[in-house]
Amino acid sequence: MTSMSPAPNTQSARAIRPAAGASLVAFTALLLRDLTVLKKNLGIFTARTLIQPFLLVFVFLYVFPQIGQGIGGGGGLSGESSFATVLVAGVLALSIMFQGIQAVALPLANEFGYTKEIEDRVLAPLPVALVAVGKVVAGAIQGLIAATIVFPIGAIIHARGVHPNLSVHWAVLLTLLPLTSIMTSSLGLLLGTRISPRNIGIMFGFIVLPITFLGGTYYPWATLSAIKIGGLPWLQVLVCLNPLIYVTEGFRAALTTAPHMELYVIYPVLIALCALFLWLGIRGFYRRVLG
Amino acid sequence: MTREWEAMRIGTGGEQTQVDGVIRCEELTKRYRDGDILAVDRLDLMVHRGEILGLLGPNGAGKSTTVGMLTTLVVPTSGKASVAGVDVIAHPALVKQVIGVVAQTNNLDRALTVWENLYYHGRFFGMSAGESREAADRLLVEFRLSERAKSEIVSISGGMAKRLQVARALLHRPSVLFLDEPTAGLDPQSRIALWEILRNLHSQGQTILITTHYMEEAASLCDRLAIMDHGRILAIGTAESLKEAIGADRIVTVSAVGDLDALARLLQDRVEGATKTQRVNNTIQLHIKGATGVLPKVVAIAERGGFDITDLSVIEPTIETVFITLTGEELRD
Repeated sequence: MTSMSPAPNTQSARAIRPAAGASLVAFTALLLRDLTVLKKNLGIFTARTLIQPFLLVFVFLYVFPQIGQGIGGGGGLSGESSFATVLVAGVLALSIMFQGIQAVALPLANEFGYTKEIEDRVLAPLPVALVAVGKVVAGAIQGLIAATIVFPIGAIIHARGVHPNLSVHWAVLLTLLPLTSIMTSSLGLLLGTRISPRNIGIMFGFIVLPITFLGGTYYPWATLSAIKIGGLPWLQVLVCLNPLIYVTEGFRAALTTAPHMELYVIYPVLIALCALFLWLGIRGFYRRVLG
Repeated sequence: MTREWEAMRIGTGGEQTQVDGVIRCEELTKRYRDGDILAVDRLDLMVHRGEILGLLGPNGAGKSTTVGMLTTLVVPTSGKASVAGVDVIAHPALVKQVIGVVAQTNNLDRALTVWENLYYHGRFFGMSAGESREAADRLLVEFRLSERAKSEIVSISGGMAKRLQVARALLHRPSVLFLDEPTAGLDPQSRIALWEILRNLHSQGQTILITTHYMEEAASLCDRLAIMDHGRILAIGTAESLKEAIGADRIVTVSAVGDLDALARLLQDRVEGATKTQRVNNTIQLHIKGATGVLPKVVAIAERGGFDITDLSVIEPTIETVFITLTGEELRD
């Protein structure tokens, strides 16, 4: 047996630092750790951010117009252009939504798993709730980066003669981007803490897919009023339960002059969803890490 | 909560006043809601500065729950606990500054390299980039992990992973190091290396609380041992005092054909100095105190009673004997 001779404790134990300062430092370091991991995986991050919007835009705005598959309400090139206008906001919203789930829920599900990798971060000298908030902030940063990467796609890839009619309202755009990023990564926290790793597939099938298809990505919310049973626009009412609808409608307001849900509805609902998901997510986080 | 108990003060220099004991538990209790399981039952415990305490007990005895409560990962149901003078229940975020924790499982950060696991841990604990880099480099050398600094966690061996966990737990210079079954699943070489590391830390004055199933190794390493079962500490003291407390200086193990319970009763009655007999794995253990030349007498008594002895041995009590005497034979699954 060769003897190992660590001398790690020649210095005495460190003094206790005040809680608030120590927490702030630890919180910053947790973000630093998450950003380091992001930087390592930047290639795969970019690829996974681009693939879905690229396919959507490519098929709907490039392939469909060329093969004459009408999708813009049958209005020819002007119809295609108005569909392109609808889709740009939808694609942006969808990218942010996916980022929230992929950047927060998926890693969390793994870290809560058998290895309990999250433990070292939970043992960092800050309140456990802040570890969860750190996850959300790191996820939101990834959402913002994703939005920056995705936005040009909708503006660039399209068939000749098809043009999204964009008219950027900067104040709305610059407030909605962080708000929606935090809302979707809070949803990621909620899903990641409530769903066990082996049920991730189920989450995609039964939560992510319905959110995507019924979230106003491909159609403005107002147009759903045409779908009625006995005078009730049931689908328009039902999709109000979908958090994504407020994101897509919000970006429609931020990027186009097309009709959209009122901003005085969108902002309060997004803020309320942030608070709700964050609260439930932190509670779930506590339940997963503390016995 | 009394002022004495809370005895935590953070002055400008960060000095803490210290009540007796770096770890203190008073009636510490954990009841899990599901199934009404009382995992830890009114536990009183005191660990002194520089002491290394071994917590022994069968699976489910409450060892990990105790460590969990002291390391803030398990929320106590009732009772009090403090580490380095900081109240665990009132100030969990502060307690985390003064503890280092080595979990039973490999909970290293798979998204980071070996070196980064140490570096970011230092940053979590408020070290500057330079300080943390220096500490990570130094610990990798001391724990013989330098060559694997850039390795991914999934590529290193179990022994290396455990050493890295210990290095990480020490990086921020904690007042108390907690290790929960650190040698479980390690090969003998890695296990011996880990005991060696703990021995060195102990000689440098590090306070350590360790749970383990390796009783004789714990007995040689630890200042005191606590034997725990059903959420309570059954006995606590030095290895020597625990062995003395079972009240025997020889333990005779008898294998025989026939009714072992009847033989046990016979030996208990007739062998001089017999303080206790118990059935262990189809053998009888006979505790003897203050008598010599016992083996021939045991054989004679058994034969006269019509029993055929197939094997016979005598040992001095070990910590395992103490453990089995206190916690019994039943399997705990």
